[in-house]
Amino acid sequence: MKGSVLSVGFIPLVDAAPLIVAQEMGFAAEEGITLDLKRAPSWSSLRDMLSFGQVEAAHMLSPVPVASALGLGGAGARISAASVLSVNGNVIGVSRALAERLRAQGHDFAFNDARAAGLALIAAARNGLRIGVPFPFSMHAELIYYWLSALGLPAPQGVHIRTVPPPLMAEAIGAGEIDAFCVGEPWGSQAVETGLGELLLPSSAIWAFAPEKVLAVREDWAEHETALLGRLIRAVWRAGRWLADPSSHVLATELLARPGYLDLPSEVLDRAMTGRLVISPAGEERQVPGFLEFHRGAATFPWRSQAEWIGLQLAARTGLDRMEARRAANRVFRSDLHRQALNGIADLPGASAKIEGAVRVETSVASASGRLSLLPDAFFDGRIFDPAKE
Amino acid sequence: MPNAISIIIVEADRDRATQIVDSLRDAGAYDIHIIGETAGLSRKISALNPDVVLIDIENPSRDTLEELALASGPLDRPVAMFVDRSDDGMSSAAIEAGVSAYVVNGMQPQRLKPILDAAIARFRMFQRMRTELAETKRALEERKVIDRAKGMLMKARGIGEDEAYALLRKTAMDQGRRVADVAQALVTAAGLLS
Repeated sequence: MKGSVLSVGFIPLVDAAPLIVAQEMGFAAEEGITLDLKRAPSWSSLRDMLSFGQVEAAHMLSPVPVASALGLGGAGARISAASVLSVNGNVIGVSRALAERLRAQGHDFAFNDARAAGLALIAAARNGLRIGVPFPFSMHAELIYYWLSALGLPAPQGVHIRTVPPPLMAEAIGAGEIDAFCVGEPWGSQAVETGLGELLLPSSAIWAFAPEKVLAVREDWAEHETALLGRLIRAVWRAGRWLADPSSHVLATELLARPGYLDLPSEVLDRAMTGRLVISPAGEERQVPGFLEFHRGAATFPWRSQAEWIGLQLAARTGLDRMEARRAANRVFRSDLHRQALNGIADLPGASAKIEGAVRVETSVASASGRLSLLPDAFFDGRIFDPAKE
Repeated sequence: MPNAISIIIVEADRDRATQIVDSLRDAGAYDIHIIGETAGLSRKISALNPDVVLIDIENPSRDTLEELALASGPLDRPVAMFVDRSDDGMSSAAIEAGVSAYVVNGMQPQRLKPILDAAIARFRMFQRMRTELAETKRALEERKVIDRAKGMLMKARGIGEDEAYALLRKTAMDQGRRVADVAQALVTAAGLLS
């Protein structure tokens, strides 16, 4: 079984790092696999490439497999999330004009208070807020809806969410097509770099531990190629562990910057890796702890409760049956496959679901070796999602 | 023609768009619009209310079309990407060829088939051309590198051009590598040493 080649699709974003690092740093080779990494032009194309077998695995927005299971978008192939690739890592930005209005209102751009930033944004928005997100089924869209509706702006009526491909986000805000955006790095920093936008908030200020991208595979492939999938999960998990070490950041950003991957200056990519973001063209900096997690706090573990939360948000927004949506979503995040692949290697949680939003400070939990702690996962408004009670 | 199927082609390249239109006209009588500018794409499409939208898979703006699927309630399925797994491999063929199609008004699959057949054939040709162009560019790059490596060898060893090439080829064969790769290694190494 030596030398199995797996084709894996990715979108050029900083959070594709675990896949790129798995291949480039030899974690895939350690498992006897080679990742043939294919850069995809859009999320819908990548989803279809996965559905129709052009790739065996893909870097995927966490809500996409859930949306597919709910019959929203896509070709109907069942897609499973075998691992979470990254937690958090998005930024919310505004146009220069809107930033001026926010400043004139007295907003301080503290970059850590979602309530203050959201209320200021709602007050500064004149005739309806137009916000760009990369895809209709994305954590970006879910967080924006959650954030603004919790602050009293009726969604989706009070806000126009527009789909804008990430590389075109800066351009769209420059052209006045949108007033604000929520996008993954490096595209927020790129908007600052080109002088077209300013950053208002990291997405982690809305939900402190949001599953952002997943390692997606076809459900039938996962059933037939369990051993191969296990190798892939392990290679990617080790890549995430390597990425979590601060001494890896310089090399990681250099790898990502290469023409075949992100093809962008490494100093722009570095901001997401270190959580030290430049928020305005004037050069103001903010340090965001936990801006992007690849490993800490069992970041790779696909909690069933995360999938259910996503399923319920999608159901509420599209008028689908809540209980059915929860059931369908629950099946998509494969904590069983993840645990099976990493048994004896990673210290994983004993449970497969948790109360989302309940961890306020780093907390030890029951795990295989008993040394696992979970990172804060609170929602900005203090709400919790308890899968056992809903 | 009131009952003609209306088709939107999203394509920035005027020539390519015209070629797709020609292929479709050969396949049947359709009402065809071209959108070249992708800013505000989903709004423009909603305004024209077509039956089918054809878009290049390589076009990143394709993601904005997914929004249409949510526009008037997902349960009505006003927009579905035509692909479903029940058909005769047509969806895979389309993806291989690099075209994606969205059916907007729940059209009968048999009415879609000739449109897709024509689009797939045309997109296959585009893809061949794209590959050929990439190959040609690569070959040109490699020739340049080999020429530079040859020049370096000629100067360093005082040998003729044929001999320099023979040396590159022999080294490549001994190491089981391509001549272009050996030449690249030489050029890189020389750059480091100078």
